[in-house]
Amino acid sequence: MRWRRFFKRRWWDEERAREIVAYLENETADNIARGMPPTEAAAAARRKFGNPGLVREEIYRMNTIGWLESTWQDLRYGMRALRLSPGFAAVAIVSLALGIGANTAIFQLLDAIRLRSLPVQNPQELAEVKIAGGNHGMGLNQEYGELTRPLWELIRDKQQAFAGTFAWSANQRYIGRGSQVRHFNQLLVSGDFFRVLGVRPFRGRLLGPRDEGACPASSAVASYAYWQSELGGRDLASGIKLFADNALVDVVGVTPPEFFGMAVGDSFDLALPFCQPKDGLRRDIFEVSVMGRLKPGWTIERASAAMAVLSPGVFEATVPPERDPRTDRMYKHFRLAVYPASTGVSDARQTYGKSLWLLLAITGLVLLIACANLANLMLARASARGREIAVRLALGASRGRLLRQLLAESGLLAGIGCALGIALSQTLCRVLFWLILPEGETVDLRIVTDWRVLLYAGAAAVFCSAVFGALPALRASNSSPVTAMKAAGRGMTASRQRFSVERAVVVTQISVSLVLLVAALLFVRSFRNLLTFDPGMRESGITTGFLGFWQSNLPPARWLEFKRELLDEVRATPGVLNAATTTNAPLLGSSWGHGVRLGSVEGDSKFTWVSPGYFDTMGIPVVRGRGFNLDDTAAAARVAVVNQTFVRRFLGGADPIGHTLRTIQEPNYPSTVYEIVGVIPDTQYNDLRGKTPPMAFAPASQLPAPGPWTGLMILSNAPSAAMGATIKRRLAARYPDVIVELSDFQKDVRSGLLQERMMATVSGFFGLLAAVLAMVGLYGVISFLVTRRRNEIGIRLALGAERGQVVAMVMREAGRLLLVGVVTGAALSLLAGRGARSLLFGLKPYDPLTLVAAALLLALIAATASFLPAWRASKLDPMAALREE
Amino acid sequence: MGKKPIQTDILQGTLDMLILQTLAPGAAHGHTIAYAIERRSEEVLLVEHGSLYPALHRLEDRGWIASFWGTSENNRKARYYRLTAAGRKQLSAEMSRWERVVRAVNQVLRPAEE
Repeated sequence: MRWRRFFKRRWWDEERAREIVAYLENETADNIARGMPPTEAAAAARRKFGNPGLVREEIYRMNTIGWLESTWQDLRYGMRALRLSPGFAAVAIVSLALGIGANTAIFQLLDAIRLRSLPVQNPQELAEVKIAGGNHGMGLNQEYGELTRPLWELIRDKQQAFAGTFAWSANQRYIGRGSQVRHFNQLLVSGDFFRVLGVRPFRGRLLGPRDEGACPASSAVASYAYWQSELGGRDLASGIKLFADNALVDVVGVTPPEFFGMAVGDSFDLALPFCQPKDGLRRDIFEVSVMGRLKPGWTIERASAAMAVLSPGVFEATVPPERDPRTDRMYKHFRLAVYPASTGVSDARQTYGKSLWLLLAITGLVLLIACANLANLMLARASARGREIAVRLALGASRGRLLRQLLAESGLLAGIGCALGIALSQTLCRVLFWLILPEGETVDLRIVTDWRVLLYAGAAAVFCSAVFGALPALRASNSSPVTAMKAAGRGMTASRQRFSVERAVVVTQISVSLVLLVAALLFVRSFRNLLTFDPGMRESGITTGFLGFWQSNLPPARWLEFKRELLDEVRATPGVLNAATTTNAPLLGSSWGHGVRLGSVEGDSKFTWVSPGYFDTMGIPVVRGRGFNLDDTAAAARVAVVNQTFVRRFLGGADPIGHTLRTIQEPNYPSTVYEIVGVIPDTQYNDLRGKTPPMAFAPASQLPAPGPWTGLMILSNAPSAAMGATIKRRLAARYPDVIVELSDFQKDVRSGLLQERMMATVSGFFGLLAAVLAMVGLYGVISFLVTRRRNEIGIRLALGAERGQVVAMVMREAGRLLLVGVVTGAALSLLAGRGARSLLFGLKPYDPLTLVAAALLLALIAATASFLPAWRASKLDPMAALREE
Repeated sequence: MGKKPIQTDILQGTLDMLILQTLAPGAAHGHTIAYAIERRSEEVLLVEHGSLYPALHRLEDRGWIASFWGTSENNRKARYYRLTAAGRKQLSAEMSRWERVVRAVNQVLRPAEE
């Protein structure tokens, strides 16, 4: 009732006004009827009625909601005040919009990879079953693979904790034939996957238990994105057949657009059902992630306890074959445990989570500096408006009302800045991706502005307006009208205490921007260290390749010969200087290791099988003994080249030539004795960062279980892209069935530095921004101080002070602020540095050089910012300054 | 304006009740209601006729009376008020409450007469 009246209060007011007129007319008519003269009759009627204005006001007040009305008034007044100083408003709004926008953008990223739940029904019920503490690297391990298929089948049949369970695994496979093949992201799912998750088909049907059968699988489900981009959104009824992962499959359905699989940041293209291979499931491939929906009333702890009870039987029944007793014992002692899985799994989360939190802290600090600048601006405005406020106080405005008025103004600024910031955040996210992603790479992340993001931006805005609104408002409402009116316009030497707030704000700004500058320098230098870091091998001019010939139907006996043929074809290409095959390309993340025993010492070593030209191609010198040659054939004695870490680890640094190493048996890899014939220096293994592990190389011809594929390292003097295209054409012409993938080694290695590039770019940008903001802040405060001290400076000049002395006086003032700021900032950066330790390469978080450089940079900025007002002060005409009084 | 006005908020409920009662026989416009109350309360409750209007507004807001524009006896436009069903219920509730209060006060003031 009241709300309806509230929105119609103007109409009601007019209605009552008309009614009052009606009353007065009636009464006047009655008075005339009683015999009064017309003029007196109207006056008497008005007397009888009382004050119409008061009556209308009383009714109007009944229709309004007090606080709402006055807030609206405050906002309108604030709007007018801002429109009067458009420059101030623009600066404030733009800096807030950028600050809040940057914060929201980073938060959105965090939200997308870390906080948001999976787009399935009741994600909070999902939990994952894993081996507590992991499997210690035994067997073969796939990304996101926690358990083996035999383990999954036992868990599925025996578990009590879940109302429904499913397993899935994700990998990259090929689609198409021969030189036309392309990659696709495969999601392999158990029969109940879609039913337990509660995902409904967008088109057709999804996979069910009936689709699980003997290999190869014959049906697949496409993701919405893949269906749209690769299948052209075609009608399923007409039948879509694809040659995926070496078998023909029918696309029977499409998942809804919001469903991206279980791994945040790695969306899938096609989902295929689990199938049973002819020769049974392998017990040593940790390839699946097992999840389920907890039964009502079951907690994670209770489920974990139930799984622990189940564990001994389950592991006892699935011991992988052909292992050494040590591994067997370890395997049988594994325990299953249950972990929450409402947000799915994500490698991106592991990799980028920490960086993003750090970036959020950085952008938060930048926002703080921007707010501090606004606080100073508002303080200056408040003192400029001192007289107005004094008059209002003198006229009886309550302090609370005045405070509300001033807060409304800053709230208005924050509100507009926040709205613009939210609008900007999506664009900023895209700019960030564009800045850090290498050409041609994309990120599969859904960046959405959901309630969490809105809440965050809102909180940031409230925080801002509290910071820069409350200070000036409190001060203004604390001023006594008498002194304020007296002081306005009278320039006296300002008391120290009066400006302590401004000083404190500037000191805070300086110290925070020092922290940000230190962080920026650390990350930029760390990134540079990585770029210039020598991994111990050639990076530029190298093209990596992968050749697969499983579609050629060659008998395994011919594989080795065919690989040599392919390599010769590549080496014969004009422009190719050298080339070699390898089972594992270095620095790109993949890993291949075996257990080894040398005498009594046992441990793990990386293993790579390479063709004779490998060390030459990669520019790795053989420092002792020899490399491989064509005499190291399949029939010859087994030989190995090891790195220096290997020698230290297993031979205590003794001369290794002539020693033998024995590999520990695994399925398809029987225990074999290799004679060490050469030593290479330590090179990085699969990552630029990290310590070099023990490494062993063996001839490609002696690989125990070869497959119909090989890796390639090609050295050329032509640019990698052009070289790749030439080689690809040449191979496609001669071997159309062979799958050929080539790419620029150096580019691939650098794209692995995405995180470092992001930290360096973003923190560098924000570090500079912080410095600029601090400069603006310092400039503002020093100018303000100088204006306040005009008289004093005028008198000093009149009494014969040198101009240089005036400059020095002002600069000393700035210097004091700088000193306090830098000292606190240095202390803060030492504290904050600990959080960044794990993200730095070749640097300690308390790097003195960085600290000094940042402090010097800041000092330079501060000197520039304060010199201008100091110079202006010294140019003051003493007569003019004194006469103005 | 000869008499000293009585603080209306004390007797506001009473004024509301009087308005409702005035409207009980049938619809009336502000001018008529004002005179009716003035006559009955001997100007104690309604010093200035203007103060009637906020009371009317409040009663209408609560849904006890409804209003419409009509033509008065002497052919002028006037806003008429009439009692709603809720208003009628309110009036009887108010009156019985009032009678209880009056009885109680009388008992305190003149116990001997009982």
